[in-house]
Amino acid sequence: MASQDTVRDDGVAKASLLYDPKVRGIVFQVLVFVGLFAFVYWIVGNTIENLQRSNISSGFGFLSGRSGFDVATSLIAYDSDSTYGRALVVGLLNTLVVAVLGIFTASLIGFLIGVGRLSRNWLVRKICTVYVEVFRNIPPLLVIFFWYFGVLSVLPLPRDSIGLPFGSYLNSRGFFFPRPVWGEGAWLIALSLVVALAMIFFVRRRAVARQMATGQQFPVLWTSLALLVGLPLLAFALTGFPLSFEFPQLSTFNLVGGISVKPEFLALYLALSFYTASFIAEIVRAGILGISKGQTEASYALGLRSGTTLRLVIIPQALRIIIPPLTSQYLNLTKNSSLAIAIGYPDLVAIGGTILNQTGQAIEVVAIWMVVYLGLSLATSVFMNWFNARMALVER
Amino acid sequence: MTAKLLTGVFGAAVLGLAASAASAATLDDVKSKGFVQCGVNTGLAGFAAPNDQGEWSGFDVDICKAVAAAVFGDATKVKYTPTTAKERFTALQSGEIDMLSRNTTWTLSRDTSLGFNFAGVNYYDGQGFMINAKKLPGVNSALQLSGASVCVQTGTTTELNLSDYFRANKMEYNPVVFEKLEEVNAAYDSGRCDVYTTDQSGLYSIRLTLSAPDDHVVLPEIISKEPLGPVVRQGDDQWFDIVKWTLNAMIIAEELGITQTNVDEMKGSDNPEIKRVLGMEPDSTLAADLGLDKEWVVNVIKAVGNYGESFERNIGQDSPLKIARGLNQLWTKGGILYAPPIR
Amino acid sequence: MQEHDLSFVRAELVANQPAPRGEKGFGHWLRKNLFATPFDGVLTVLALLFIAYSLPPLLNWAFVDAQWTGSDRSFCATVAQGGIQPDGWSGACWAFVGAKFQQFLYGRYPLDERWRVALTGLMFVLLIVPLLIPRVPHKALNAALLFVVFPVVAFFLLVGGWFGLDYVETPLWGGLMVTLVLSFVGIAVSLPLGIVLALGRRSHMPVVKMICVIFIETVRGVPLVTVLFMASVMLPLFLPAGVTFDKFLRALIGVALFASAYMAEVVRGGLQAIPKGQYEGADSLGLGYWQKMGLIVLPQALKLVIPGIVNTFIGLFKDTSLVYIIGMFDLLGAVRQNFSDATWASPQTPMTGLVFAGFVFWCFCFGMSRYSIFMERLLDTGHKR
Repeated sequence: MASQDTVRDDGVAKASLLYDPKVRGIVFQVLVFVGLFAFVYWIVGNTIENLQRSNISSGFGFLSGRSGFDVATSLIAYDSDSTYGRALVVGLLNTLVVAVLGIFTASLIGFLIGVGRLSRNWLVRKICTVYVEVFRNIPPLLVIFFWYFGVLSVLPLPRDSIGLPFGSYLNSRGFFFPRPVWGEGAWLIALSLVVALAMIFFVRRRAVARQMATGQQFPVLWTSLALLVGLPLLAFALTGFPLSFEFPQLSTFNLVGGISVKPEFLALYLALSFYTASFIAEIVRAGILGISKGQTEASYALGLRSGTTLRLVIIPQALRIIIPPLTSQYLNLTKNSSLAIAIGYPDLVAIGGTILNQTGQAIEVVAIWMVVYLGLSLATSVFMNWFNARMALVER
Repeated sequence: MTAKLLTGVFGAAVLGLAASAASAATLDDVKSKGFVQCGVNTGLAGFAAPNDQGEWSGFDVDICKAVAAAVFGDATKVKYTPTTAKERFTALQSGEIDMLSRNTTWTLSRDTSLGFNFAGVNYYDGQGFMINAKKLPGVNSALQLSGASVCVQTGTTTELNLSDYFRANKMEYNPVVFEKLEEVNAAYDSGRCDVYTTDQSGLYSIRLTLSAPDDHVVLPEIISKEPLGPVVRQGDDQWFDIVKWTLNAMIIAEELGITQTNVDEMKGSDNPEIKRVLGMEPDSTLAADLGLDKEWVVNVIKAVGNYGESFERNIGQDSPLKIARGLNQLWTKGGILYAPPIR
Repeated sequence: MQEHDLSFVRAELVANQPAPRGEKGFGHWLRKNLFATPFDGVLTVLALLFIAYSLPPLLNWAFVDAQWTGSDRSFCATVAQGGIQPDGWSGACWAFVGAKFQQFLYGRYPLDERWRVALTGLMFVLLIVPLLIPRVPHKALNAALLFVVFPVVAFFLLVGGWFGLDYVETPLWGGLMVTLVLSFVGIAVSLPLGIVLALGRRSHMPVVKMICVIFIETVRGVPLVTVLFMASVMLPLFLPAGVTFDKFLRALIGVALFASAYMAEVVRGGLQAIPKGQYEGADSLGLGYWQKMGLIVLPQALKLVIPGIVNTFIGLFKDTSLVYIIGMFDLLGAVRQNFSDATWASPQTPMTGLVFAGFVFWCFCFGMSRYSIFMERLLDTGHKR
């Protein structure tokens, strides 16, 4: 009422300016922006002052300095003469390895458990439920500790290694297995594998085209398998079996030779797989439950068998529900791999931490972490969005 | 600390209003808050470790106490900030702590690019190796360690020396690195690695915490120089001097035979050097120039004793560690401990 | 008239017949649930084998062979390891948990002051239980007590330094107490902050929207470990010289900010699910922005996303264990720290401690998830789409 009076008395819409949502919006935004700007300015100012006062040199120049420390697990050539930058790359690769393998295993376990929770079999259903409820409700760090301290560190010392088939050993220093050593002509085997893959691709295309045209089916799966196994095997025999193995041997301290997988990696990999699998299981279950029963029934009415129904009707539709939450689980797994630092697996965060310690370049190292993880998140999201778009319902 | 916690809360709430204390004059800052904020190890028996009541003691802690005694005449006016290897430098750089007394090795780059000043050396150390003699009976030299798994704390000079040593001797090793000391201890104790490497003083300290201390031996090789000492920020010479001369005073007190028990008698001594050190010369301006009370050395010695007393009580023969004085003996007795004179 | 009495329909119901022999009882249940098809039968046998293989050793380890009392590691180590147990023995070392129980609860909080933590815990339970039971009246008062009065009282009780209470430094805090304090503050801060961020992200003001999007996506894109590192290592550099945060407070800020970004996305999901008509209806009633949101939209939106909110709470509760990495000792950290205690270090100690910590975490998280399902059913007024 008062405002109306004011308007009438003054004859101008001065007061209404205050109540104009547009104006208020702009004023509010300006205030927020100024506030934020002042805040950032304050922080940056403090930081610069702090850095100057304690003579810390800033910038990314330190990346080309000699690292001087060794890393236990590295995919690329690395020693203590390499640069800090290379050490970070080693860490990044280690993160990626554990993330990719973890995603693969977690998906596998998660899918099995998720389907198991919907099984008609009471016992299977209960076991899967117990699995999900246990792993979903404990911290991932605890699962990592469980594998590392509870399982892997109580294994025997190298001298009393547990012998496994194929000359593999398991002890508290990790899992050791023979390294294949390829001899002369081994490239032919690799070539034959590529040829097999190419042939499979064409067979598949021809088979689909033929089925579309004539309705006749072709046993694609069996042909593919035969090609995939048969061709390399043939090449293997023709070149005269150019393969030998380097077996792990016991020396004074450790098993040497062969390929070793460090317990830190095993613990992290197993823990991330098992932990994330419990979430994936729930997603898969929800996805399958989200497909109405009518779809299955209609598919049966069309004469499709249950296997084909699952493959052609249920799974493509379920995937649409599954993919978005699955993406965020994959991202979670990748981010959780940073817990590696608690057990000393040299991932990006652990190596970055070491560098931070040695050079004191806290801001730069944290910035690198953030950029890399944001980049990984973005890349995964883009890929999964693309996959999702392919899977999405094409509405006519 | 309470005030700080509140400052923090309000600092977050009112942002710019948080008063920024003058950074240059650490002494004034310390005097106005009423205590020295001292960064120490999170727990290294003998050097800095809290008991069940959270009271800190140890050889490094004594330096903090000595500085507090020099400034306030009261060794209890210290607050401890346990820092990990990673946090210690930013804690000092940011002013969260006034000094760092945490078995930190004096190196050139820490002086220059990190912006610190080392106020002297309170313990001459060197990196060594420890193995389980029961499980590895034949090994009695570090040169036999090729192929071993070595446990080491990451982000320390130890890690770098280890790499250099094995490279120089053309030996291979598998590094097993952890963030925290207790993690390295646990890994070594559980048999994850064959060798434990860190400063020798640390090895003796850690050996005590293992489940079977007598099984483990420290190998004779010392592969590096590790002068450990208290650290302050660059750019505040007065504070730097106070910490430096507190340490020197403890060493000089041992040279002169001034101990915790006889310091009051010594005040009456005729020896001009003792008189000067203990502030008994009537018109000396030494203490005032440092910004301290006349009897600051008396206060330091009363609080923690001289260097030798502190050493023996915390890490020497009167302690479970039983570390020999070795290099850390006075220069007059075969060691390299040598303090410039107070005059 | 006669013919009207003729009835072709039964006048009374036939008595219930017993089900066919094969359709009831245990045998039927077995056939239906375990042996419906040959494949099912194989699965059942495999599952039974799995249980028979894994369950007895587990029970043996946890109960039968477990060591319940003892004063040091020798009770939980075999003769070869320097203890009293026969060689090949393997069992939980509950004596270790018993001996360290106080430490798992309070960390290194001074012995004489632990009643303060216990009192805080008791007040918390007394306030939260009535709030969680729908039938208990005075919800508003109760919530105000819990979220306004309780934090203040708890702060003074736990930190001390006033009213004759000794000041207790946060580095001394530890164990379950730290886990609960971090979670409670994280939850109490992240929900309102998350709502504000979600509203900001849905706002029509480009600047506000931009800021919220950048904050949410950045925080969600990086691991909590890096956020905590930032809080512990970098925050001191951001502040003017001499002004420092308590380390515990820094971790608290890190955890709360992290959780609020996730909370914002959950709340946004709820906001998007509210039909446009509701917004327009509120506008046409002449409600202002905050009235519209507070009275119309948020009550509906939040109800829709209760499972998501509770899931975020559970995630937050589990994530508090990460503060171990920056050198603080929550429940998991306290357990982990004691592995290396020479008095108790034995091959069985880590497993026992982890199982104990896991059980405690599990109880809290499972309880929360069950309660969310209960609330979801209670609040379900059929608005779900």
